[in-house]
Amino acid sequence: MSGTERQTKYDVIVVGGGPAGLAAALEAKETGAEKVLILERNHELGGILNQCIHNGFGLHHFKEELTGPEYAGRFISRLPGSGIEVMADTMVLEITPDKTVHAMNSRDGYMQLTASAIVLTMGCRERTRGAIAIPGDRPAGIFTAGAAQLYVNVEGYMVGRRVLILGSGDIGLIMARRMTLEGAKVLGCVELMPYSNGLNRNIVQCLNDYNIPLYLSHTITNIQGDKRVEKVTVSKVDENRRPIPGTEMEFECDTVLLSVGLIPENELSRQAGIRMDRRTNGPEVYENMETSIPGVFASGNVVHVHDLVDFVTAESQRAGKAAALFALHGETPPGEEILVENGACVNYTVPQKIRPENVGKFVEIFFRVNFVYRDVVIRVTSGEEVLASYKREHMAPGEMEKIVLPKALLEKARDGKIRVSVEKEAQAE
Amino acid sequence: MVDVLIIGGGVCGCSLLYRLSRYKLNVVLVEKENDVSLGTTKANSAIVHAGYDPEPGTKMARYNVEGNAQMEKLCQDLDVPYLRTGSLVLAFDGEQMQVVDTLFHRGRQNGVPGLQVLTPKEIREMEPNVSDQVKSALYAPTAAVISPWELAIAQAETAVKNGAQVKLNCPVTAMEKTEEGFRVTAGGEVISARFVVNAAGVDCDRVHNMLCPPSYTVYPSKGQYYLLDKSQGDLVKHVIFQCPSSQGKGVLVAPTVHGNLLVGPNAEPAEKGDVGTTAEGMDFVREKAALSVSGINYRDSIRNFAGLRANTDQEDFLVGETEVPGFFQIAGIKSPGLTSAPAIAEDMVRMLGEAGLPLQEKENFDGTRKVTRFKKLSHEERARKIQENPLYGKIVCRCETITEGEIVDALHRPLPPCSVDGVKRRCGSGMGRCQGGFCGPRVQEIIARELGVPQTQVMQDREGMYIITGETKQGGKNQ
Repeated sequence: MSGTERQTKYDVIVVGGGPAGLAAALEAKETGAEKVLILERNHELGGILNQCIHNGFGLHHFKEELTGPEYAGRFISRLPGSGIEVMADTMVLEITPDKTVHAMNSRDGYMQLTASAIVLTMGCRERTRGAIAIPGDRPAGIFTAGAAQLYVNVEGYMVGRRVLILGSGDIGLIMARRMTLEGAKVLGCVELMPYSNGLNRNIVQCLNDYNIPLYLSHTITNIQGDKRVEKVTVSKVDENRRPIPGTEMEFECDTVLLSVGLIPENELSRQAGIRMDRRTNGPEVYENMETSIPGVFASGNVVHVHDLVDFVTAESQRAGKAAALFALHGETPPGEEILVENGACVNYTVPQKIRPENVGKFVEIFFRVNFVYRDVVIRVTSGEEVLASYKREHMAPGEMEKIVLPKALLEKARDGKIRVSVEKEAQAE
Repeated sequence: MVDVLIIGGGVCGCSLLYRLSRYKLNVVLVEKENDVSLGTTKANSAIVHAGYDPEPGTKMARYNVEGNAQMEKLCQDLDVPYLRTGSLVLAFDGEQMQVVDTLFHRGRQNGVPGLQVLTPKEIREMEPNVSDQVKSALYAPTAAVISPWELAIAQAETAVKNGAQVKLNCPVTAMEKTEEGFRVTAGGEVISARFVVNAAGVDCDRVHNMLCPPSYTVYPSKGQYYLLDKSQGDLVKHVIFQCPSSQGKGVLVAPTVHGNLLVGPNAEPAEKGDVGTTAEGMDFVREKAALSVSGINYRDSIRNFAGLRANTDQEDFLVGETEVPGFFQIAGIKSPGLTSAPAIAEDMVRMLGEAGLPLQEKENFDGTRKVTRFKKLSHEERARKIQENPLYGKIVCRCETITEGEIVDALHRPLPPCSVDGVKRRCGSGMGRCQGGFCGPRVQEIIARELGVPQTQVMQDREGMYIITGETKQGGKNQ
């Protein structure tokens, strides 16, 4: 071992200093964990919020509208004097099942830090052109929306003059407005699905208000350009999402922004041997956000992609609290486990498993549906029995859904399983 | 007066430059792009072929087997990623089993060591994910995978270190024969050279015809690929070929030397410069690959790309002196060109020597190169490295664990890169699953800082591939 290697024991180590990590660390500290450490790979805390200079954050949590940096600032300003240690510019390279965290930075060198509990809050990354195999040339001028956002909002550089956006995820919509305000011409937003994956308010405020057309059921079928993007072909797609020949439209533009999905960033989790959920691309978690490795918790976009940071905060507070309790009192004794199954129309649920003994008065279940639905009922069933129903006028894949199950209902679960599904209201009555 | 002028900075040109840099000669390589390895060298299957494919007696057969034998040592000397995986050619029916037998005998004739024809059981033991329809396979233990662009760059860097010159952004526009040799106009400059070697890749016919009457034509054949994330990288351990046909070696599935999975290529006629991918091409690749290996998860695709084979209307490689004395060529280099490059270079040096080039070795020649790859270091070595230079403590590319120290190193080696992709080819930053989404801006900033140029002028790759169009309304980094 080299002299620069630190061997320090923490109660709770939080991997990632974005909104999830900040909330988890603060909550862990408040719950009574003594030595709490946040490891952040960037120079500053706040994660992706730092480049989200638009407003609309905090309506649930703070009951007011904040910008991204303001929202992060509310948490960061609580750190001084809290006793929480922060290492910025620090990369975590490996987490072992015995809860050793291998991390490095320029100042402290290569470190092996041990923790009683770990909270994983690494967030997510954007899907790229390669992930969706857009055909065509390979010129410069194709950016993920988030990369463009970083250039424009943090670095102060423009990345295009005539822009086409593929995908109507929230970052794409936000960037449509942002590029317009910076003087670029945004020619349109092209969405493969027959509906947008973004929040409705973003469609209105970022596209409609600027007369930017939204092409639903369309996709990019060719990109041309030797050095920089010159021309993009857009085609309508059929119900199987295949381009329909003869429907091609051509857009002369120098820039394509991609907002085609987010992927939880779980290389560390996988390598640590944490059990993953293929549907979320995140770790399977219990009601308190504990993963399959006792004492390792996860929250925020690393578990499932959220659309509102307010829910990331709430979820991460749960994780931070549980991590502190684990550090203070040790492992949850083995007990009954209820598996949450995905029924009709449901893409995934978080948590995937519930330990009723760990549940206070109620447990929150988050999920997303697989299509746009109107006038439907969410059903929670176990075997043949309907445990609970919740009416919804409108549901969409772009909007994370939440139901609250009282503890008493969990006791009615049979064979250790409950199922969440969505049905047409008519069928339900 | 330049002793040897090499036209083209692909793997062949760079191999020759490297070989010649050991002699007391004035050697110059001109490249039309802003970096070496930007043509076929950066977009191919990255295979060091064993040598059973080419017809015995051809240049291709000889250079392939010789090149294969040289490659491991060369990669060691130059610190270029190389992995001897071995390869399998799969047969799915009686006709293909015969092809496998033919390849086996051809390989023996070509002098390929260790060839074996395997039974389905042996194949499945070696490669559990290979289709259970397989009937037999040719196993070639000497096949390997390599980083082709790093081979070119490493040789160019090492040549420059030993006194050779590389002139970038220097397209050859005219050539004439003179008393003592040649006058070559390249990038607006006139260079007098005693010998000229045309290694212009897909453009070799154009360069050839500047001095000689046309005698061959390049008909580029485009190949499209999928590159998959490291999560798919251990699906197969060997290079998995299908039986070759007139279309080429067919669609292969192979681990890359960087730990990814490579699937492709197809083969289709294309114009020079057309390296676009098409939906049809990608569909074809997926369809064909599924015959060899099941369970390739294309959701983990991180990039598609295409490259051009410099196919000509001649069967064999065109290596040697043209009808104009002193004007040599390494032309029509299709597969197995990458494997052959070191052997071709060696042979070209011999030919130049025979034509009168004095081959007197330098006393202080150092043909080796060593680079730091932080990711490959042990915990202790990492700690030491960071202590020595804190820049190694800063991870820039999080997907591939590439540090700022490595990027700064590359920017200060001989033949420094000037673009984000130039750094990528040397360090591996941006090669991972986010494809530079996170690290691209950081890399751009580091290049600008280290080379002392404005960030707006740092290109994605070739000249003209600008990333930034200007500052924002209240722009500027230091507002």
